Amino acid sequence: MPDLHELFDRSARAAGATLYWTTRAARLMVGVPDYETYVAHRRANHPNEPIMTYVEFFRERQQARYAVGKGRFRGCC
Amino acid sequence: MGATFNNSAWQTKVLWTAIALLGAVSFAIVALNRGEAVNAAWLVIAAVCVYFLAYRFYGLFVANRALGVDAARPTPARRHNDGLDYVPTNRYVLYGHHFAAIAGAGPLVGPVLAAQMGYLPGTLWILAGAVFAGAVQDMTVLFLSTRRDGRSLGDIVRAEMGPIAGTIAGIGILLICVIVLAVLALVVVKALVGSPWGTFAVFCTIPIALLMGIYNQFIRPGHIGEMSLIGCVLLLAALIYGRTVSETPALAAYFDFKGETLALIIIAYGFVASVLPVWLLLAPRDYLSTFLKIGTIALLAVGIIIVRPDLQMPAVTKFIDGSGPVWSGSVFPFLFITIACGAVSGWHSLIASGTTPKMIEDERQIAFIGYGGMLMESFVAIMAMIGASVIHPGVYFAMNSSAGLIGTTAEQAAQVISSWGFVVTPDEIAQMAKDVGETTIMSRTGGAPTLAVGMASILSSFLGGPTLMGIWYHFAILFEALFILTTVDAGTRVLRFMIQDLIGNAVPAFKETSSWTNNLIGSALSVALWGYFLFVGVIDPFGGIWTLWPLFGTANQMLAAIALTVCTVVLFKMKRERFALVTIAPATWLVVCTTTAGLEKVFSPDPNVGFISHALKYGDAIAAGQLLAPAKTLAEMTRIVVNDYIDATLAAVFVLVVVATVIYGLISIWKALASPQPTAIEIGLAGAVAGGRHA
Repeated sequence: MPDLHELFDRSARAAGATLYWTTRAARLMVGVPDYETYVAHRRANHPNEPIMTYVEFFRERQQARYAVGKGRFRGCC
Repeated sequence: MGATFNNSAWQTKVLWTAIALLGAVSFAIVALNRGEAVNAAWLVIAAVCVYFLAYRFYGLFVANRALGVDAARPTPARRHNDGLDYVPTNRYVLYGHHFAAIAGAGPLVGPVLAAQMGYLPGTLWILAGAVFAGAVQDMTVLFLSTRRDGRSLGDIVRAEMGPIAGTIAGIGILLICVIVLAVLALVVVKALVGSPWGTFAVFCTIPIALLMGIYNQFIRPGHIGEMSLIGCVLLLAALIYGRTVSETPALAAYFDFKGETLALIIIAYGFVASVLPVWLLLAPRDYLSTFLKIGTIALLAVGIIIVRPDLQMPAVTKFIDGSGPVWSGSVFPFLFITIACGAVSGWHSLIASGTTPKMIEDERQIAFIGYGGMLMESFVAIMAMIGASVIHPGVYFAMNSSAGLIGTTAEQAAQVISSWGFVVTPDEIAQMAKDVGETTIMSRTGGAPTLAVGMASILSSFLGGPTLMGIWYHFAILFEALFILTTVDAGTRVLRFMIQDLIGNAVPAFKETSSWTNNLIGSALSVALWGYFLFVGVIDPFGGIWTLWPLFGTANQMLAAIALTVCTVVLFKMKRERFALVTIAPATWLVVCTTTAGLEKVFSPDPNVGFISHALKYGDAIAAGQLLAPAKTLAEMTRIVVNDYIDATLAAVFVLVVVATVIYGLISIWKALASPQPTAIEIGLAGAVAGGRHA
């Protein structure tokens, strides 16, 4: 039954997309932007410079989220 | 959403007319129904219709016409794209980021306290305040910051209104931080006093966070989802085991604290969290509390929609005359101070000029993120109002009145509260405590426990029934305590940096944030400042919240007044003064509210409202050697007098900050009008300008 296959594929794609965007949103909520975007940016604009690994990137972002106070207020009211 | 309907204009018109009619009908049911209980669903529908109409017809108008957002103008995220701080971000993802950053305890607590006047006055202010003041402020500040490389509010004030106005705003921001941290910590203390179950669960978050931190630093770095899942499971285990702790007297004794002890523990904890490396304690707690916060808000929304509870609180109570037991003061100006966040919150102007403007892809998205984000926050406040209104009004007043007013036994409390016109029996008060697994619920002021009872009754009626009431109550307490304490951690650090910056002006060596000596001294000063107000609030015979919440609200609205003033100034400097009414109107309202409230708190002859007359009343009694309730010793009497004078000074400083900002604002507007061309200092039209991240 091709209709069911089609429906299944479409649902799977929709579920995949939902998961992808939810994960991105959840990560940014805790201050970690998209790693792929970062890598793509470095490759395109700074081709011969080093690119942080995901772990380095994560640690750098974690440190930055709580770094020197100004402009990093959060969650009060 | 407009795009779907663009091809047939009449369909659009029908749709918006239908939304308007539905909103009007819901409002009529909510506002005009007397004598019969109103279903919470009508309140939700009315609010949602208002938000849609406001966004479509006012938010977009302000963005497109008044501010003049320009799609052709490159945003900081485009000009400085570094893949880290400055990243063009999908607008829905960024909306989530912005909402998670502005949502906090404020919109949950304020409406609960305001419910003493009935649900209607507070609801009207939450809606009108958000639509015409709060959302406009958030969006305009976001717009200003986006046009200035994502600079902070303090920097914008300094650049547009001069260095003195900038310093005054800086003092205002410092004071609001101190008061916010003290009041929020006080809410946690009030919720945990004499509650071994809650205390155990909240204490468990510390070892859980340490475990998550170590896992994330050494075992599986960067796996946020995995780590948060482990944390959540452990947290739920702690919550469930908490019941056993509270029912085992030998264990319960370890977690049964007096308010003073809890306050000292939280102060010590704030100090440690500020000194430790962030990956160990602060970051993992932050992840846990952010996800729990968003999840619980969503769960509460689903719960209200499924259960559709009746509102038991009357639409308007007799306490609109200002004689209420939860906080004193009449509707104007004090209702508008009590519900700060959720209607308009100055704190948001700090966030809207923080990380969000650095990630805006296109100026046209500013309305969705700034205005829309605040509407969602306002909806959280509406849900809090519903949570407080679905419980028995007698129980509400038993929970929110200090022991000085209603006594310490259920019999006394039932008698006093019934005499106010909210008939309640001692059994009903005792039964509620039993249902939620506490020994007593009386005088649990601060809003959090009341909201927890409301949430528990809504959630348990579709998930788990009465047997799970205790779990849901403590889940709600845990959820509020967790993100308040995360604010306390992060806020203590922010305050520490601000103090280092301030003192560093005199002693340059103190500015170095990586020095351990500076770290320790700065953290100690920071916790000493808010810790003082917290401790005073805890030992306050009036219950602390009664005294401190109005100061907190005034501080928050003061900051909103500053933010809206600078927005107005910039509109004049951009030569867009014909639209300036959109910020002048809310700015004027907030200036009037904060100065009236501030002056009344200082000078009102009514000792229940004015700090000075209250101090004089107690001072006279001390001179005559008398004791005035609720003080029990002469030392307590003296303490009340000292606190009154400190609070009066603080309220007076708030008024002065507002007045000074308005004067500088008027001077800047006058200069802008005199200049024939625009004078706003924007960045980014003629090529990228580096910088913008300096202090």
